[in-house]
Amino acid sequence: MNNLQSLSLYWPELILTVTVLGAIIFDLFLPKEKSRNVGWFVFGGLLLSSFAIIGQDSQTTTLFMDAIVLDPFGQFFKLLVISATALVIIASQENNELKGYSQGEYYSLLGILVFGLFLMVSSVDLISVYLSLEVVSIMSFILSGYLKNDQRSNESALKYVIYGAFSSGVMLYGMSLIYGITGSTNFFEIQNQLVGGSGDYNLIFVIAIVMILVGFGYKISMVPFHFWTPDVYEGAPTTITAFLSVAPKAGGLALFIRFFHQVMGDGVALEGNGYLTNTELPWPQMIAVLAVATMTLGNLVALQQKSIKRMLAYSSVAHAGYMLMALPVLSSDGIQAIMIYLVMYLLMNLGAFFVVLYVKNRTGSETFEDYSGLGWNMPILGIVMTIFMVSLTGLPPTAGFIGKFYIFASVIKAGSQFYWLAFFGAFNSVVSLYYYFKVVKVMFLDGEKSETIEFPNKPILGLLLVTAIPSLLFGIYWRPVIKWVEYSFHFFTQIL
Amino acid sequence: MDQLVNYLYISAILFSLGLFGVITRRNGIAVLMGVELILNAANINFVAFSRFGGMNVSGHVFSLFVIVLAAAEAAVALAIIITIYNSMQTVNVDDASRLKH
Repeated sequence: MNNLQSLSLYWPELILTVTVLGAIIFDLFLPKEKSRNVGWFVFGGLLLSSFAIIGQDSQTTTLFMDAIVLDPFGQFFKLLVISATALVIIASQENNELKGYSQGEYYSLLGILVFGLFLMVSSVDLISVYLSLEVVSIMSFILSGYLKNDQRSNESALKYVIYGAFSSGVMLYGMSLIYGITGSTNFFEIQNQLVGGSGDYNLIFVIAIVMILVGFGYKISMVPFHFWTPDVYEGAPTTITAFLSVAPKAGGLALFIRFFHQVMGDGVALEGNGYLTNTELPWPQMIAVLAVATMTLGNLVALQQKSIKRMLAYSSVAHAGYMLMALPVLSSDGIQAIMIYLVMYLLMNLGAFFVVLYVKNRTGSETFEDYSGLGWNMPILGIVMTIFMVSLTGLPPTAGFIGKFYIFASVIKAGSQFYWLAFFGAFNSVVSLYYYFKVVKVMFLDGEKSETIEFPNKPILGLLLVTAIPSLLFGIYWRPVIKWVEYSFHFFTQIL
Repeated sequence: MDQLVNYLYISAILFSLGLFGVITRRNGIAVLMGVELILNAANINFVAFSRFGGMNVSGHVFSLFVIVLAAAEAAVALAIIITIYNSMQTVNVDDASRLKH
């Protein structure tokens, strides 16, 4: 579809653009103390944009000369990103770390970041992939270093920018090699070329794919490209940490699915049939090994952490590993399992970070000691945090169990060559039990029982309930999620 | 075809130099220069493939995108390094280690 026609199907992004521009101008008229009201402006824009996405129903077409596609799969991820961002905006209003800073730009940048993620989940061309990755990365650099007077925040931005710039540069070089091998930057044309024999096992092709994996893996913090994750997550403002652990990870996984199942595979799996890879390169095995490495390292290092924020950072590395597990099995069940897991992960992980945010607001730090006796002092916070921890471990009856169940089911179903993958996944879940329950233990068994009972303030309470209730509910009645995923499991697969 | 190979050699050398710079330099700005070399190596590849490899025009378009994004990234990265300098009086990447490993 040509550029002018595409605009009529580009409403969600256009609304977002206007919102961001409006937010920048709106910010000019507000004094510094009131600048956080820009957040509500962006919130409204996101809401309008989500209506526009829902209103698009299930069209599938390419936009802007085959640079990006419009399909239910992309819409699923867009809605996921919007809901994560909306929750983070509400939480940011309560974030004491941001006090004393002008907050208008914070929300405008968040808006641009969402735009970049929209582009990321719908791109089917190497150019738009690179463009979207850079937009998301650059905005994340600024946001993680938003606390200018906090050395830890400065340092996290520095580390993020160096790792980010480096890995996207390496990925770009890999893309240039792919372009050289296949003569095109479009996913579908590359796929045709690979089917035609360009994908034969040769060194350049292997190098190119590994280089592209660097860029993609960095985005979802896959081992061995995860080094930035703990430092950035610890130093960044807590609300930004919460955002980074969910939204860009969802976008990166969408990219992973599109790239590997469309370019490196014959694409019929996206229609629900069994399928094959179209290169001799054993990429499913490669990703399987990386998935195991990711979750094992994430879990083992998380065991030793003293800061809960840092522990959750490693836990998010581990969760990226669980999700990657379902990618190499080459089945539509696997992709659906990833989508289900992302919904559950969004709820429980954001919730856990909101608890960290509230405790940090009160005590100014995030070590395990700050949580001792919390369960008696603030019963609601304690109970809710317990739900999140059980859910992150993946025990019934919580949402995390359902997510993990579908991932493991898809791996087992793929046959005996992937049993080892399921074994490592199960082993890791057991390991993670230790550090998640350490939080629960510290909250309820350590420290003195306090006589007074505190309740969190209303916005935080609301956020906690919005994330905790579905985390429980989807563990018992998850049919709506499955329905949504099945409805969204529809890709644009062929250029006519 | 020989011409293409020459360009590929140049870009491979540039890429390796960039990689070397990123890994060995401890000055934040020198690391960024290494990254710029990597980006330009990729750019040479794109343009060379597009011009001599008989491929479509998207290589040229891609390199334009890369130039724009590299500029944006450099601006943000330098701003971050200035903030680091203001708060820690150093641009050495290793000295910025307040966060636990």
